[in-house]
Amino acid sequence: MLKDITIGQHFPGNSPVHRLDPRIKILATIAYVVFLFLATNAVGLVLSIAMVLALYVVAQIPLKMLKKSLKPMIPIIIFTVILNLFFITGDGDPLFSVWKIAIYTEGIMFCIVMIVRILCLISGTSLLTYTTSPIQLTDGLERLMKPLNVVKFPVHEMAMMMTIALRFIPTLIEETDKIISAQKSRGAMLDSGSFTDRVKALVPILIPLFISAFRRADELATAMECRCYHGGANRTRLKQLKITSNDIMCTAVCIVAFGVIFATRFFFTPLI
Amino acid sequence: MSVIKIENLSYTYNEGLPGATKALDNINLEIEEGTFVGVIGHTGCGKSTLISHLNGLTKPQQGAIYLNGKNIWTEYPNIRDVRFNVGLVFQYPEYQLFEESIYKDIAFGPKNMGLDDEEVDRRVKMAAKFVGIPEYALEGSPFDLSGGQKRRVAIAGIIAMQPKVLVLDEPCAGLDPEGREQILSQVKNYHRTTGSTVILVSHSMEDIANYADKVLVMEQGKVYNYASTEEIFQDAENLSKMGLGIPDITKVFLKLKEMGLDIDTDVYTIPYAVKTLLKYKENNGGGNNA
Repeated sequence: MLKDITIGQHFPGNSPVHRLDPRIKILATIAYVVFLFLATNAVGLVLSIAMVLALYVVAQIPLKMLKKSLKPMIPIIIFTVILNLFFITGDGDPLFSVWKIAIYTEGIMFCIVMIVRILCLISGTSLLTYTTSPIQLTDGLERLMKPLNVVKFPVHEMAMMMTIALRFIPTLIEETDKIISAQKSRGAMLDSGSFTDRVKALVPILIPLFISAFRRADELATAMECRCYHGGANRTRLKQLKITSNDIMCTAVCIVAFGVIFATRFFFTPLI
Repeated sequence: MSVIKIENLSYTYNEGLPGATKALDNINLEIEEGTFVGVIGHTGCGKSTLISHLNGLTKPQQGAIYLNGKNIWTEYPNIRDVRFNVGLVFQYPEYQLFEESIYKDIAFGPKNMGLDDEEVDRRVKMAAKFVGIPEYALEGSPFDLSGGQKRRVAIAGIIAMQPKVLVLDEPCAGLDPEGREQILSQVKNYHRTTGSTVILVSHSMEDIANYADKVLVMEQGKVYNYASTEEIFQDAENLSKMGLGIPDITKVFLKLKEMGLDIDTDVYTIPYAVKTLLKYKENNGGGNNA
């Protein structure tokens, strides 16, 4: 069950996507998400899908991994589809209607666009974490947010907190798995019973999980203090980020791709 | 009759993905009722995967497991019935405590079994007694206890279900010698009084030599050997070559033999060592100060 969660998972490799500067990758991902919402016509959406798939191929991430990361989204997608399908009303006559429920063409279109958007959103952002190690990722974020230092925003501390949070996701998942197994061994019922029963069954899992999370945080804090850790001032890096020709090329490709996706707005009629 | 029978069990992690590792490779095993089995092997040899199959936490990819002659996945109405019969104590079980009182935490298992309050009460007290928690302490919070005490509460939580088979995954990890001794002798006591089967996974050959009737040695997902403790330690030289720590006393005897003494080396406990030495002295006219 929990093994399906792939958020924050890193998939090491040496493809051009992996070698890309994290700053550019982060910016490109943000840009991708923005353009995903600007692409409202069929061609733009198809291009968005093609772009992310192409990147997966270049990055040599098996599509199995992609399937795995999209699987947990199914309930959310079903939820959105149901909501939009029944509550969006169009101008024309409904496609068909039963009692008070009416389904319009606009509703169906909207659903399709939403599904594509959600799937692309998750695929695109997953690609970022698949191809970027947590350290690189926060390194990139820290650099990108550096200007905020001017307004006294604790950029380094934020980046450190993110590194720690990302680093502990797999650990906590593993821990949860262990606790679930232990409580199952004592006959805890987790996947049957009424809704209240199931909520109650979470208590024996959440309490030990919280306790161990606090314990880990405490131990980590002690370990950091023992190494005289003290925030961002005057810290230097082992690995300096440098823009290479690979980065410039990728940026160019991205700009062209985003330009094309954006341009489709002017040539094709929007779906919604 | 064997209480647990494992047939052609194989399990591969991350099947079909890069980094697939074969954790279990065609395991066949029969464990007789009432035996105290020690399981030993390197980290990553498949011990933990094997025991998580025993109570149905992991579904076999290949092969089958039988409890009292019945397949645990097809012939039991509910896998929970198997879990009540095969009590599994995990590594660092103290991290699974969650109730506000020790009593309630121990009662979690028996309550899930659907027993009435009277029976739950009887079992909680019985289990607490086995692990040496006095009755007056039962109302306290488990989080106020020391690490070793917490662990004993967690073990009591499994014992309270009165499982036919008690499986312990390194119950002594991270405890001092006194704590180890305490927990193991309590487990042994439980084994003696109830006649239940105990499976003890440990990295310490010493512990296994002292407590187990039979030993299962695993290597790279396979059964290397499953035999009585004496037989296993006759093979001490090979175990040592495999990198498994053998009891210190066995090491001494292996060294003695190396030094030219004609002595048996299947020695693994101190009383037995004394006996062997005396016998040796008798046979050799007592001239040798071994």
